[in-house]
Amino acid sequence: MTVSTVVTWLVVIGGLLVLLKPMGTYLYKVFTFQPTVLDRPMKPLENGIFRLLHVSRDSNMSAVEYGVAFVLTNMVWGIMAYTLLRIQGLLPFNPEHFGNLNARLSFNTAASFVTNTNWQAYSGENTMSYFSQFAVLQFLQFVTPASGAAVGLAFVRGISGRQLGNFFVDLTLVLTRVLLPLAVIFGLIFMALGVPETLAPYLHLKTLTGQIQIVPRGPIAGWEAIEHLGQNGGGFTNANSANPLENPSALTNIFQSIAMGLVPVAFFYMFGLFTGRKRFAWTLIAVAGTLFLTMLAMIYFPEAAGNPIVNALGLSGHANMVGKELRFGMGGTAIFETSTMAFTTGSVAAANDSFLPIPGLAFFLGMFLNMVFGGKGVGLLNMLMFVILTIFLMGLMVGRTPEFLGKKIEAKEVSLTAVAFLLHPLLILVGSAIAVATPAGMAGVFNPGPHGLSEILYGFTSAAANNGSAMGGLGASLPFYEVALGIVVILGRYASIVAMLLVGESLLHKKAVPETSGTMRTDTPLFWGVLLGSIIILNALTFFPIMALGPLAEHYLLMTHHLFT
Amino acid sequence: MFITLKRAVIVTVLLWIILALGFTFVMVGLGQVFFPNQANGSLVMLDGRPIADRHVGQYFGNRLQYFWGRPSDTVSLTTGKPDPYNALNSGPSNEGPTNAALLADIQRRIALYLKTTPGLTVHQIPISLVESSGSGLDPDITVPSALIQVPRVARYTGLSQARLRQLVRSQVLPPDLGVFGPSRINVVLLNVALYQLLHPQASAK
Repeated sequence: MTVSTVVTWLVVIGGLLVLLKPMGTYLYKVFTFQPTVLDRPMKPLENGIFRLLHVSRDSNMSAVEYGVAFVLTNMVWGIMAYTLLRIQGLLPFNPEHFGNLNARLSFNTAASFVTNTNWQAYSGENTMSYFSQFAVLQFLQFVTPASGAAVGLAFVRGISGRQLGNFFVDLTLVLTRVLLPLAVIFGLIFMALGVPETLAPYLHLKTLTGQIQIVPRGPIAGWEAIEHLGQNGGGFTNANSANPLENPSALTNIFQSIAMGLVPVAFFYMFGLFTGRKRFAWTLIAVAGTLFLTMLAMIYFPEAAGNPIVNALGLSGHANMVGKELRFGMGGTAIFETSTMAFTTGSVAAANDSFLPIPGLAFFLGMFLNMVFGGKGVGLLNMLMFVILTIFLMGLMVGRTPEFLGKKIEAKEVSLTAVAFLLHPLLILVGSAIAVATPAGMAGVFNPGPHGLSEILYGFTSAAANNGSAMGGLGASLPFYEVALGIVVILGRYASIVAMLLVGESLLHKKAVPETSGTMRTDTPLFWGVLLGSIIILNALTFFPIMALGPLAEHYLLMTHHLFT
Repeated sequence: MFITLKRAVIVTVLLWIILALGFTFVMVGLGQVFFPNQANGSLVMLDGRPIADRHVGQYFGNRLQYFWGRPSDTVSLTTGKPDPYNALNSGPSNEGPTNAALLADIQRRIALYLKTTPGLTVHQIPISLVESSGSGLDPDITVPSALIQVPRVARYTGLSQARLRQLVRSQVLPPDLGVFGPSRINVVLLNVALYQLLHPQASAK
């Protein structure tokens, strides 16, 4: 490990740890309507919005009302995005004169951005007008993570014995108090460090060798800020954060990594404040943190050691630089990739298809679990889903009715949680199985051998986990994948969120049972171990077979220097 | 239900005005005022005209007298054929680690360096110089990657190897803030410096 790698990791991880408490406390204050520094500039704006909506700051919704408001609002965004993309050619801010998008691509893109997935079956720099970029896609990168965070908030309020709150109030506050101010700060940082922010047309440059190079520009700095702060991950260009236009230096790479983690990690701490159980929150942070560090190691060390087949050629150096950019360093690339898979952002600083199999396994791990902090709100929901399952399993072992935050976990909660848990593998495995069994699905495979299976599986996993990154070789613009993955992102997003919202409400209406010496403690190192173990076992049981056929098979074949044609 | 839908539409319109229009126009304005150079694409000027965005690599692999950047696997939008450093279509090769095509590409690039560079051996060639980048637009190479090209550039420009090595060293970019990322050389800037050495009247203003 180089000094640069160590320092880079310390800055990103240390930065997130230092900001966790102040950020979490700030979120808690905002969402319990206590005074904060941004009251003065933002309150008039918010009051105006609430007046036009005819809602008051302290109004409440039932879980069903909250869920309906969430789904309906998302639907409005989806229809709006689809329509605007279909008529892109008629709209302003289109200096490169890009035409309308066809129906399939518009559906896929609208579905993917509305669900905060940001899977991209197109290349931004040669498909999307500036208007589509900033007024459709960047807009969705603001509001869709905010709506996910709102649901997470409602759930946290429910299980901490409060009324759920009002979806429209929460949505607005996440934006005015968290995402918008942060996006301005990070956008300015990215500009200062060299990311373009302009509405002027693309650059036509005559190079030293007399060729013409057309270099895209656009309002990229602001886009990068919200792309990462919202764990969105949709790139302005095809190469995403590997493109020097989006991520020009080791420093921007570090800031993008921090931007991804800032709010999701703080959400865990905020949860501790809401429930009055900070030690429990720290236990959850420790579980997610352990998994984060595991992924980082799984990505960095194999990549730094390199591809044994290439290394046999006897070149100078040994790291796997295929699909990597030089300026981030391997340590910077690894921390970005770990962050993007852990926080389910889905932007990439390197070509995910060209990573070695063990780092590939780490990518899958992040998306299978979907709670290594995860997206803000949603990641916490998934973590608590595993907590409920773990408590249930522990309860079965000792023959007691399981309790969670002083409420009994009974048939209804366990059933809903099981639905939320099982949906994820169902979408991934059934989707991949259909793709593998049909010529239309197999036509999308780019790399030969087990890596090809990984590409398909990655596509469906990324869609179901609302991650949005890809093993880029997969023919994502084939009609089969545009439609199939469009459907998977929608089911993956809404079904599990609504199920967990119902769990939250069901717990809210239960009577609290007093804690006794027989109550299972959830804030101890023991629970850390049991939760981590349950997460690993539940997921290994579900996904090990397919992993054995994909990355693991590839790993062992790579070790024997086996090549596929 | 209807009232919720109405609220959904209203909140969308209001947020759209703030986030789509307000945020973008304010940021573009701030960029043009405070960071006009970066916000418009960090231009590299030569003889009074822009020749490059300093962050975006350019293709020199078809000119023996210039330093070459890392391999780029970008393709033409219209023909789908290889078109290195096509900034309109950024992207990687996507070749997986056990793909025979990956090894064939690397071997082809090694052979090209060995053929064009007098006295070069395989173990001197940095691995990053024969493996293609993630964007196809990587502007940088490592310092040894530039130094091993000196004999070739010397042969085709007529400059001495000592002068060229000095030129390379003068173009080394240190890690960000002295520690983040590797030391590296921006190939466009190196070649501009080389051009100025060959054309002393050219101005990089």
